[in-house]
Amino acid sequence: MAEELETERADVREDGRRPPRAVVGSHRIEEEIFGKVFDKNIVSRIWAFVDPYKTKVMWAVVAVLIFTAMQLLIPLIIRYAIDHGMQTGGNHSALVYAIGAFLAAISVNFAASYAQETLVGNVAEDVLFDIRKAMFSHLQRVSLSFMDKTEVGRLMSRLQGDVNSMQEFLETSVLSVGDITLLIGIVVVMLYLDFGLGLLTLSALPVLFIVRIFWLPRARKSFMAAHETNSITSGALAEAIHGVRAVQSMNRQPVNFMLFDEKAGANLRTHLTAARYAQVMVPIVDTLTGIAMALVIVVGGARVLGRALDVGVMVAFLFYIQRFFDPIRSLTLQYSVMQRAMASGQRLTDVLDVKVDIKDAPNAKVLPADMDGSVEFRDVVFGYNPKHPVLKNVSFKVNPGETVALVGPTGSGKSSCMSLIHRFYDVQQGQVLVGGHDVRDLTQDSLGRQIAMVLQEPFLFTGSVFENIRYQRTDATREQVIEAAKAVGAHDFIMRLPDGYDSILGQRGGNLSLGQRQLISFARALVADAKILVLDEATANIDSYTEMLIQKALVKLLEGRTGLVIAHRLATIREADRIIVLQNGELVESGNHAELMRNEKLYAKLYNLNYASFDDIPDQLVEEAASTSSRT
Amino acid sequence: MTIENSNGARKLSASLAHVHAAGWGKGLSILTRITVMALRHPWQSAAAIGATFIASAFQLMIPQLLGRAVDEAQGITNGGSAAAVAQDALLATALLLLGASILRGLFTMVQNYYSEAVGHHIGYELRLACYEKIQRLSFSFHDGVHSGDLITIVLLDLEGVRMYFSTAFVRLFFLSVLIGIGAYLMISTDLVLGLLALSFVPFVGWRSSVTQLRLRATWLDLQERLQVLTRVMEENLGGIRVVRAFAAQDHEMDKFEAASRNALNLAHQRVGIRVANTSAMTFSFFAAMGLVLWVGGGKVMSGEITVGTLASFLTFMTILQMPVRQLGLMVNAFARASTCGARLFGLLDLEIAVRDDEKAADLTVTEGTLRFNNVSFAYPSAPEQNVLQDVNFEARRGETIGIVGPPGSGKSTLAHLIPRFYDVTGGSITIDGQDIRKIRLKSLRRSVVVVQQDSFLFTTTIENNIAYGDPWAKEQNIARASESAQLHNYVLGLPSAYGTVVGERGVSLSGGQRQRLSIARALMLKPTVMVFDDSTAAIDAGTEQRIRSAMRRYASDRVTIIVAHRLSSLMHADRILFIEGGQIVEQGTHEELLAMGGRYRALYDLQIRPDDDAMSA
Ligand SMILES: Nc1ncnc2c1ncn2[C@@H]1O[C@H](COP(=O)(O)OP(=O)(O)OP(=O)(O)O)[C@@H](O)[C@H]1O
Ligand SMILES: Nc1ncnc2c1ncn2[C@@H]1O[C@H](COP(=O)(O)OP(=O)(O)OP(=O)(O)O)[C@@H](O)[C@H]1O
Ligand SMILES: [Mg+2]
Ligand SMILES: [Mg+2]
Repeated sequence: MAEELETERADVREDGRRPPRAVVGSHRIEEEIFGKVFDKNIVSRIWAFVDPYKTKVMWAVVAVLIFTAMQLLIPLIIRYAIDHGMQTGGNHSALVYAIGAFLAAISVNFAASYAQETLVGNVAEDVLFDIRKAMFSHLQRVSLSFMDKTEVGRLMSRLQGDVNSMQEFLETSVLSVGDITLLIGIVVVMLYLDFGLGLLTLSALPVLFIVRIFWLPRARKSFMAAHETNSITSGALAEAIHGVRAVQSMNRQPVNFMLFDEKAGANLRTHLTAARYAQVMVPIVDTLTGIAMALVIVVGGARVLGRALDVGVMVAFLFYIQRFFDPIRSLTLQYSVMQRAMASGQRLTDVLDVKVDIKDAPNAKVLPADMDGSVEFRDVVFGYNPKHPVLKNVSFKVNPGETVALVGPTGSGKSSCMSLIHRFYDVQQGQVLVGGHDVRDLTQDSLGRQIAMVLQEPFLFTGSVFENIRYQRTDATREQVIEAAKAVGAHDFIMRLPDGYDSILGQRGGNLSLGQRQLISFARALVADAKILVLDEATANIDSYTEMLIQKALVKLLEGRTGLVIAHRLATIREADRIIVLQNGELVESGNHAELMRNEKLYAKLYNLNYASFDDIPDQLVEEAASTSSRT
Repeated sequence: MTIENSNGARKLSASLAHVHAAGWGKGLSILTRITVMALRHPWQSAAAIGATFIASAFQLMIPQLLGRAVDEAQGITNGGSAAAVAQDALLATALLLLGASILRGLFTMVQNYYSEAVGHHIGYELRLACYEKIQRLSFSFHDGVHSGDLITIVLLDLEGVRMYFSTAFVRLFFLSVLIGIGAYLMISTDLVLGLLALSFVPFVGWRSSVTQLRLRATWLDLQERLQVLTRVMEENLGGIRVVRAFAAQDHEMDKFEAASRNALNLAHQRVGIRVANTSAMTFSFFAAMGLVLWVGGGKVMSGEITVGTLASFLTFMTILQMPVRQLGLMVNAFARASTCGARLFGLLDLEIAVRDDEKAADLTVTEGTLRFNNVSFAYPSAPEQNVLQDVNFEARRGETIGIVGPPGSGKSTLAHLIPRFYDVTGGSITIDGQDIRKIRLKSLRRSVVVVQQDSFLFTTTIENNIAYGDPWAKEQNIARASESAQLHNYVLGLPSAYGTVVGERGVSLSGGQRQRLSIARALMLKPTVMVFDDSTAAIDAGTEQRIRSAMRRYASDRVTIIVAHRLSSLMHADRILFIEGGQIVEQGTHEELLAMGGRYRALYDLQIRPDDDAMSA
């Protein structure tokens, strides 16, 4: 095998076929594109979340303005102290006066900064949690077809990363208000103190703008690249964590490590480039600061010498110049925060805007708890992609209290039927009726409460066994839970767990065997106490003996309820009142076991395959049975 | 899957050296370890630290030059000399100031860039190391940790460590030089004024340390609460079908609200602590400035010092304000690095439970015989509870072993022991007489493949999923494996055939299609021992028969172990083991077991004979 690999790899390299990507393969680059700095739609959408805190925000802005005013005032006070309180032989009271003013100014400054930071900090946190809640609750309603297509990791990064950058954005936008006013204030004060000197100092500004025009697009691109490679690397790391068992059993560690190294290396390079772009502005700004100060010293100094300017004004100018470039610098930073925020805002609104395809009709009825429990499919046509129907004209009826089985080759559409009963998806044609009502006319909540499902994949939550079985029925008593667990034969093994029903399950129930997980999810469906019970391969990973015990125990529990059962092991459903056979999304036969056996069609063939040893089966029968199934 | 390409090999060994470097220093303090990682980039670290000194020197020159300029402007330094001379002096000072500013900027740039660069390098190395470690940590570790918590470590904690060099280490130099020399210059100019100017430093230092310690504690707490929130969201989205199936949206919203409110309250508290701190720091700074202004003003009046000196004091203070505020950030960065580092290095330091023995050799397959000798096993999380007890059996090349048993009897556990996903706690497993603990893991896992009961599919194309274990496989081989697994025809019917991306964990496939995909993936590897762990449960009997007959071609080269509940899946096996409570309670061929009339017989009767009272068996 090794040699084979060698030779194969040689020609593989030539035609450039790459090994499968080890990252979350679906990372989509366009997602990371930075938004405009200011997008009115997004801002107004986000503003809707800030709106409830409007008053607080207003006060925060007021506090910022006061704070800024104090920042402007302090050098002026110093100037006053120098010019009036310190001239040799000057009057002492001017100095005392100045100090008093200074004290007042810094007290106000303290209060303003305290108020501003508290308000902004708290509002930003509040808004962050509100946005997250809105998204999360929206995601509870969007249709499963959206969820099928979207990775959990991607949604999580919306709920966390993007929401966080909105928080950052809110904090900085209030600060930006302060920075901009400070900038304007400094300009005004300088021009007021000495118009000529002010103009001269400001002459450094255009240079800065020109530099920025060249710098900005490049820097922006490099920041963008860094952001993007970062999320690629994070995605790859997350995948390694989730898929670690598959990775180890397939021996993929070395290849994955190499691939990851490439991604991480690219990430390193983009970050270094971005750092270079970010830092290159430092000497430029410092040079301009130097030029401005030098100008003040030469020109202003000459005028001080010539007694045309108070020395205090010169000192104030020097102070202002140092404060002048701070807001410019932080505005530059805020600029990239804004960009990022706009992109995040875009992604957030994208999530919030996912259309809820399946929602309650305006006059949806509540499915009464005492409905009869019948289920009917009328000429149902359905496809996940409407162009490729998975169910074609399926019609059947399950009478109240009946147990009906769905069988058929893999991929024939059994699980899809079950999803339709619960209205996970809407049919394209025909109708699905529950209790005599079209499911589209019922509220989803009441429909859901009357249907309990055991899904093909037994998903369990982190938490105790007890919490898992009782799940949303928070009023269920311990007795009910234990009764359900006993019915499915889970009680014994649960009692063997370290803390019995209070044992904490690992992620997805990983510390239980698959069969045990299935039993717990079965018990969960029983506790839900619904009129209709849907079992999608509920006992596929359970031996027939345990299954038989379950069936015996269930007889009493399920009295008067309607049952829909999917199973590949036909022994499981032999006792069903009726058996519906699906193939390729079409209903090919239905009847009870005896009838179908007499029919000698697909069911009979599958049934025979089910027990015969395959060495005994004539090849032709295998061919036949399989050719009907493998097409699906 | 070795990488023989010489370029690739060099790259790989360089990367592995990084991994090694990141893992160095077990037992040393966290901050030492991070510092050592930084110093492994000697030139960049030196450049960062060197530039820090120079930048602070120029930084310190600026206030003095400004003070001098003020005095010169007033004609103080050069008394009654001619205006022209004074102007020349002003020009000289201005040029010096310009030079100092430019150099300060340049060296600040160098300082910032290189300290960030070192941080990014550390981040890169740590990422590689984490990735490598996570991939190799055994199942028992992953069983016990929530994936969300691991993700937090490799994303958030890693950031905390990465930022250490630039925000804590280099800044420590920067601040001590700036504050130290600044203090010296001021005090040596005027003792009283200098002390006054510096009076805010101890207060701020004390204040920020106290606050940062509180912030650190709440930060840890907050992170924990956020983790709970993350878990709630992640599991909700991952189990969305269950949520919908039980109409449990309200219940889930309640869970979310509770976790969310819990985190939010603490977040508010943190804002409070932080704000009280920064405002007080600013206030004390300005208060000190007021004092300098007052006392300095008096001194100027009495002619003790010049206005220029006062201006330079005030400028000094403005320059010091920023670093002193950063003192708090710096303490925070130290705290953050040490807590994040503790978790991160804790991960990197973990012993890998299942790893190569020093004397491990590659597996040499001769007979191809797998043997379990008195194997016992208990999961590390419940060491006193044996899940397998004295299991003995042997399987030769070409043989098929069937395994049946009730849920939780230990079938999957048994399967997972063969590729050493866990190590046995008693007895041994051998392949051709070689204890699997003495075989190099890589070679063992190439020879033993388990199709897992709930296999993980990657969010990528079908083709990539099939070729997962053999990424350089030819297309024909992929097609062949997929044909054997009865997947080929289905895939060809899809709009983009093998290029179709399967949804997360394969959601867009039916249960049986997912299982067939993982069978195809395993078939690519041509192993010596192949285990199917209940991997046809969602496949109808017809399709399964086709899979089995396709595999019969290879069956003679290997040991096949089939765990199944449907007896037709394994009744043809050479030997069938019935496992219960971790022990083999019956074994033999199908016929023998039927004749025995025990548990297997009972199963058989239930599945085969339509209307019998098999329950009494
Ligand atoms: N969420 C989905 N998105 C897109 N296609 C899907 C989705 N779920 C199922 N399909 C496709 O629909 C078809 C029917 O799938 P379904 O799950 O209903 O089959 P099934 O009869 O339950 O099969 P199995 O016995 O293997 O579980 C399959 O071809 C499958 O690939
Ligand atoms: N990761 C784990 N940590 C702790 N205990 C475990 C873990 N995995 C399984 N167990 C326990 O070990 C026992 C055997 O589990 P195992 O998965 O081997 O059963 P199984 O025979 O494969 O069952 P099934 O037919 O349901 O798949 C069970 O009691 C289970 O709860
Ligand atoms: Mg299905
Ligand atoms: Mg198992």
